[in-house]
Amino acid sequence: MNLAEKILAIHAGRDTVKPGDMVMAKLDMILGTDVTVPLSVEVFRNMGAEKVFDPNKMALVNDHFVPAKDVKAATLSLTMREFARDMKVPAYFEVGRSGICHSILPDNGLVRPGDLVVGADSHTCTYGALGAFSTGIGSTDMACAWAIGELWFRVPESTKVIVEGEFTPMVGPKDLILYIINKLGVEGARYQAIEFCGCAIEDMSMDGRITVCNMAIEAGAKTGLITPDRITRDFIENIYANPTPYTPKRGRDIGGEYGLYLESDCDAQYSQVLEVDLKDVEPQVSIPYLPSNTKPVGEVSDVAIHQVVIGSCTNGRIEDFRAAAKILGDKPVHPDVRLIMIPATPQITEALIEEGLATQFLRAGAIISPPTCGPCIGGHMGILAKGEVGLFTTNRNFRGRNGHPESQVYLAGPEVAAATALTGRISDPREL
Amino acid sequence: MGNKLLFGRVFKYGDSIDTDVIIPARYCTSFHAEELAPHALEDLDATFASRVQQGDIVVAGHNFGCGSSRENAPIAIKGAGASCVIARSFARIFYRNSINIGLPILIAPEAVDGIEDGDEVEVDPATGVIENKTRGGKWTADAFPPEIRNIMDNGGLVGYVKRRLAGMNT
Repeated sequence: MNLAEKILAIHAGRDTVKPGDMVMAKLDMILGTDVTVPLSVEVFRNMGAEKVFDPNKMALVNDHFVPAKDVKAATLSLTMREFARDMKVPAYFEVGRSGICHSILPDNGLVRPGDLVVGADSHTCTYGALGAFSTGIGSTDMACAWAIGELWFRVPESTKVIVEGEFTPMVGPKDLILYIINKLGVEGARYQAIEFCGCAIEDMSMDGRITVCNMAIEAGAKTGLITPDRITRDFIENIYANPTPYTPKRGRDIGGEYGLYLESDCDAQYSQVLEVDLKDVEPQVSIPYLPSNTKPVGEVSDVAIHQVVIGSCTNGRIEDFRAAAKILGDKPVHPDVRLIMIPATPQITEALIEEGLATQFLRAGAIISPPTCGPCIGGHMGILAKGEVGLFTTNRNFRGRNGHPESQVYLAGPEVAAATALTGRISDPREL
Repeated sequence: MGNKLLFGRVFKYGDSIDTDVIIPARYCTSFHAEELAPHALEDLDATFASRVQQGDIVVAGHNFGCGSSRENAPIAIKGAGASCVIARSFARIFYRNSINIGLPILIAPEAVDGIEDGDEVEVDPATGVIENKTRGGKWTADAFPPEIRNIMDNGGLVGYVKRRLAGMNT
């Protein structure tokens, strides 16, 4: 079996599974956010459920429309807040202590290697970075999962992506995943698990792995995952050595405290294999309106940009801001550009301050937003007007996603984003 | 997923119709069908919500419903009056969500080839048979796996959970 199959088999209580099998499997963590929880609460109440199967295996995170963008958004958060209180959910994240869920869960030790995780957010596939099988579901699925602690899964076929070589200067994990999505296509891994491996993945930091696994869904995948290793273990052990108020204090039924360090068997099966050599990966840009419409930045010349956003569950971690800061130096943002920085969590904001990046960004003429999904889903904190063009480090550039249906967004990594903020045009960071 | 025959006029769209155009996040501060329906497919076809009649059918290409996990997407389509969606393929979460809320979805690539915008089409959700009443042609959609059929025949996932909870209480 491969890594994805092993995790599903263990949680389904079976010795083996194969692609196509349908299994009922026990869940280790169920994630909901302000935008998906309220419907789940309604479904949960309507089905006559009174209590959740285990409040310690849930996380409720305010991130999409917070701080509340309007009365309706405030009501969504209120519904989630009251539900968290009624069900006594320890991992309820209130504004101020909350951030983008896909950074909040890993950073608080709420996801471990080998876990089976579902979340009512499509980018739940992110936790594959820690070697978990982790996938997005809808609100009805979440309500049912809260009630019984299990869900049905079709065991997916797996795509293996082998990445070798070293990043060339000004190229990072976001460029790699945009390149991979382009090679696979927007549904090239539909229903599948993508297993990322190879020397370049083994050498990659947890922040980089989060970026890579986060966008597995943009190739249609059910999850993207990486074999847990020394880097994973260091990340997890560091959290347990420095727990937050939300870090679970006890071990879990499956995998104990530190998780399960599984790996694919030598004879594991894959439906397709993609080999990537990093020497071929240049800074990438995805052109509207699909994340898979990716080109090397040099082929996307002379596009004027009105707004640059650096943040989101894809690129809102400290390493992303360090990469941007390196390009910005002491230069000012182009007069025609709005540069919006959105650290994914309050702790990342704190790091920006401690490392002097906050001052650097503010002096350059950028704005630093509170942690939120905000403009990535066209919620708030930087919506585009008709005819405006943005370059975002987010994960989707579908029509109308980030504002007016006649606005456009190009996707890129923090290096291209920072270079573009300086010049006002989509720019190659290697040529500044 | 119901055994009543579905009949309606077709609204045909292309590949990778994403959840952001099905129901933009700016409307996702609500999850109620009556509030979402007037905005169904708004950023793709601003006339859809005003033209669609009860029973009409959405036909599309590959990867329908890609993107977000928002259940608001199938709720909006169903709430607008569409009786089912026929596509070459569906994105995974949209597929699950549609089954869970009772919006019939059919995977039928040949039917998509043989149906044009504005055609009148009849669908038997029980057998998956799709018939183009305007220009002829009859196809059978891919059958649901038996396990999913079982969930659908027993009141969906919610019905299954309700029965399990009832069993746990007795």
